[in-house]
Amino acid sequence: MSAQILFYISGSIAILASLFVVTNKNAVHALLYLVVSLLALAMCFYLLGAPFAAALQIIVYAGAIMVLFVFAVMIFNINQTDIDREKHWLTWQSWVGPSLLVMVLLAEIVFVILSNQNWSTNPSSAVQIELVDARAVGTLLFGPYLLAVEIASFLLLAGLVGGYHLAKELPKRTTKDGGR
Amino acid sequence: MTVPIEHGFVLVALLWAIGLVGLLSRKNTLFMLMSMEIMLNAGALAFILAGSLWQQADGQVIYILILSIAAAEVGLGLALLIRLRQHIGDLDIDKLDEMKG
Repeated sequence: MSAQILFYISGSIAILASLFVVTNKNAVHALLYLVVSLLALAMCFYLLGAPFAAALQIIVYAGAIMVLFVFAVMIFNINQTDIDREKHWLTWQSWVGPSLLVMVLLAEIVFVILSNQNWSTNPSSAVQIELVDARAVGTLLFGPYLLAVEIASFLLLAGLVGGYHLAKELPKRTTKDGGR
Repeated sequence: MTVPIEHGFVLVALLWAIGLVGLLSRKNTLFMLMSMEIMLNAGALAFILAGSLWQQADGQVIYILILSIAAAEVGLGLALLIRLRQHIGDLDIDKLDEMKG
């Protein structure tokens, strides 16, 4: 029962932090809220019996990917004019349409989830928290899923090459139309 | 020691909806990228939930693949945003309509 309460608490923290991410005007504050959201989700993963995924969430997501974001924001050199421009962009009118549409979509999804009788009537439906440890994940990852790992490595290589190509400096234009 | 699986999936749906609202209503591409991170995380949570529902490690394997997709996406996306910032000065998505498609 205590695991359930902890799950609800960390889930609400994740939702609140995500709301702050979406509505914040300052990019750095939004990033820090995003880190809080990711850590809360890591807590959820741990409570669901996936400690390896929780560790990866903290190390890779909150550690590496968010540091990438922070460095990019540092390069962007966000100043007060950017925040003011953000305030100018974020009028309440821009929220109405998307919020209504997504509200309807969310209501549909929640209705479908809650009306699925297979989950709510079957007594074994509630997740029995049993540990799925890193050994099982590793055996599966480098056994049946080996091809997926190779494809993921290709994807990361493509990301590396693409990131290098995009972020390097533009060549100086000598003629009017040259250098493209 | 149980969590009702429906509540977990409702949490997934809520996080996904928050991310989608952010993606649709923000004009700053950096915030759109962050909203996409939230949505990807919601998907990852769905896989972890399914994995713990059936007591299989497959959910965590797919989670690791999602993690690598997110890493590649963020790397490329932020490189594009750096180029965009050099090019037009801010991160407004509406200024990217130069192709007039």
